[in-house]
Amino acid sequence: MIRLEKRPQPSAAMSWATPLLAVVATMIFGGVLFAVLGKDPIEAILTIFWEPLFGEFSFFYRPQLLIKGAPLVLIAIGLALGFKAGIWNIGAEGQYIVGAIFGAGVGLAFYPAESVFIFPLMIVAGALGGCFWALIPGFLKVRFGTNEILVSLMLVYVAEQLLASMSLGLLKNPEGFGFPGSRNLQQYPSAHNAEIIAGTGMHWGVVAALIAVIFAYVLLTRHRLGFAIRVTGEAPRAAKFGGVNPARLVLFCLGMSGLLAGLAGMFEVSGPSGQISIDFNVGYGFTAIIVAFLGRLIPLGILFAGLLMSLSYIGGDIAQSQLGLPAAAIQVFQGMLLFFLLALDVLTNYRLRFGTAEVA
Amino acid sequence: MTSPLLSLSGLTKAYPGVVANDTVSLAIGFGEIHALLGENGAGKSTLVKMIYGLVKPDSGVMKMRGEDFAPIDPRAARAAGVGMVFQHFSLFDALSVAENIALGMEAPPPMATLANRISEVSENYGLPLSPDRTVGDLSAGERQRVEIIRCLLQDPKLLIMDEPTSVLTPQEVEILFETLRKLKAEGTAILYISHKLEEIRALCDAATILRGGKNVGTCVPRDTSAREMAELMVGSTLATPKGTAHATGDVMLSVTGLSAASPSAFGMALKDISFEVQAGEVLGIGGVAGNGQDELLGVLSGELPSTPGMVQFRGRDLSGIGPEARRGLGVLAAPEERLGHAAAPDMSLTENAMLTGMAREELSKGGMLNWTRARSFAERIIADFDVRTPGPHNAARSLSGGNLQKFVIGREVLQRPEVLVVNQPTWGVDAAAAADIRQALLDLAAGGAALVIISQDLDELMEISDRFAALNEGRLSAPVPTAGLDVEQIGLMLGGAHGMEVAHV
Repeated sequence: MIRLEKRPQPSAAMSWATPLLAVVATMIFGGVLFAVLGKDPIEAILTIFWEPLFGEFSFFYRPQLLIKGAPLVLIAIGLALGFKAGIWNIGAEGQYIVGAIFGAGVGLAFYPAESVFIFPLMIVAGALGGCFWALIPGFLKVRFGTNEILVSLMLVYVAEQLLASMSLGLLKNPEGFGFPGSRNLQQYPSAHNAEIIAGTGMHWGVVAALIAVIFAYVLLTRHRLGFAIRVTGEAPRAAKFGGVNPARLVLFCLGMSGLLAGLAGMFEVSGPSGQISIDFNVGYGFTAIIVAFLGRLIPLGILFAGLLMSLSYIGGDIAQSQLGLPAAAIQVFQGMLLFFLLALDVLTNYRLRFGTAEVA
Repeated sequence: MTSPLLSLSGLTKAYPGVVANDTVSLAIGFGEIHALLGENGAGKSTLVKMIYGLVKPDSGVMKMRGEDFAPIDPRAARAAGVGMVFQHFSLFDALSVAENIALGMEAPPPMATLANRISEVSENYGLPLSPDRTVGDLSAGERQRVEIIRCLLQDPKLLIMDEPTSVLTPQEVEILFETLRKLKAEGTAILYISHKLEEIRALCDAATILRGGKNVGTCVPRDTSAREMAELMVGSTLATPKGTAHATGDVMLSVTGLSAASPSAFGMALKDISFEVQAGEVLGIGGVAGNGQDELLGVLSGELPSTPGMVQFRGRDLSGIGPEARRGLGVLAAPEERLGHAAAPDMSLTENAMLTGMAREELSKGGMLNWTRARSFAERIIADFDVRTPGPHNAARSLSGGNLQKFVIGREVLQRPEVLVVNQPTWGVDAAAAADIRQALLDLAAGGAALVIISQDLDELMEISDRFAALNEGRLSAPVPTAGLDVEQIGLMLGGAHGMEVAHV
């Protein structure tokens, strides 16, 4: 009989090894899934993980890796700060949308003027927009004790309605022949989040994501605010005893995660996407939750997790088009990754014992 | 009585890295109250867990009424007539007494029948308890009765009691002892684990003493002094803590008309509490758990809000000043619950040193943390307070209760507080470590600090405090000098007499 035995303290080695184990387990069980669907499992796995990086068309896919990875990392870093403290912002998707609307809105307000100040202003507006949207559940929680999970999630749907309204109304392109959607910011140089080095996918959002990783690392390991976040997550009563103000921490964590999600939205709308449109959001805010956990809520881990997730998206698309794998199978595959990650997480605090049961 | 009810011979149980029980032998006769003595980690819990079927011995023989006895689980042990009352109750606050008891039974009878049986048993054994009451509203003593009755309903031949009196008032202890004597008269044997040696002398027929997992002796408690028993447990002579402190007259902490609601539904609101503590003085606050101790500590540490003017430090109002800022001023606290309140279980000792040492030990500057300093602070606590751990990188939860307690108290004492409030300074700590902690507290007072010690251990309070007050139902009796107080008076104060109402027991 296999049983779990609690470790005297969490294993550092296991906390690094479990994400890798989860990836391996996902490959194995995903392979079985693909085999059952009548595809060659090795080929399918290779298509997902190998093709985008080193395949024939990797010159096209590699920049995509950064373009898709940057918003995931940026959002996940913010979410991880809250998750570590037990503050559950599930509505990053909404904050991402509102950040994009604010950013694009400020940019379009200046159209067609050209100035070097426009893009920085858009960055500030995007950050403030996301922050504002996340502080709504924050204030409601602090003031009335509402559940931030529900409120932030519901605000995603509000944000989607807002996005639709903006695409059809206030921000609609006056020269767009009646089609929904704003002007394309890619054609407005002052507001365009262009690639810093052409052909690499490296835009300002990628830079922001890297800065966020370093910022979060320093915050969590060296700053008292990061310490407050960690203690609150580990033992809320101990944190309060230590002097942490729980209400302020809720506002900081939600505000910060909203700010980063807003930034991600702003960089997306002014760069890869180019315009505010009804279908602007593609689920980065939700996927980032997986990324945050896949990365163990550790900044560096999140960086790798974001790239891995981005890879599986791109690879998944390729597998769909080249091998004819159904989209649902790809989603199951991605779901498996989170499932195994959470399931194997138990090994950090417990070790497996083989033998007869005994209660100590 | 030819053969004993239960005899254990050569029981051995080893865990990785430690032999919890090393060839322990023990015999309990019918109707015998047998004490099991030992410090923390001496192997008492492992031994009773083996008897109760929670742990399987590596080697050795257990015999019940002359027949082999090897329970594979607690159910088998119960079937063989072994009942156990744990130190920590496993009761659901929101359910009634009868519902709680039914939950622990294999095949509970209909609720009405069960309620009748509960009333019957509670009357027979002098344990007043109504089956319909909600457990959340019961005192610790009453909760213990629920656990005892739960055992008695199964008609046990051997009842194991783990530290049963740690949560009781002296009067409740008397009621419990009457019950136990009655059980004894009916032939039920009792294995009684306690640190309170005077109680053991009053109650028990025989005692077995464990040290380091080994059987180091037996004695007849009536004929052995408490000190002799303590020294058998520790294996060396004990130093009695000595204080040289004298109240100087400078009022450090004053509490005036303090009333505060409890943050939890089953907590106790504080009602109109007033006291003063002077520099160099130790105020002991006694009382049964759940009478406002946690709330009082919370208000004094700054975790719970209080109305302006109610709590003052050197004449300065402390309302609106949080725990961190209070530490900056010199008002420190150590809560009762070590894991999760005084310390974060999964964080290292260095991180836990950072938790309260940040301001006074200058562990942070401009918001940036200095982990090197935090580590050396943690190392200083470990060295000065003899905390047994491989090093400050170890998680708090990996320490034994007593060691973590030494760390938590040491962390506050080493920060040179001007006012220190401690709840249960030596709870679950063995005799030698408890003496060290008490000595450290007395030294602190001798250095001019004002101490408020909240404790349920009356002997401890009598030993170290200059004045004594009792907390009952959120009210505090007027502090009186400890010298000259007798158990009777203390009991009445704890029961809520305060010179106004008669204790109901």
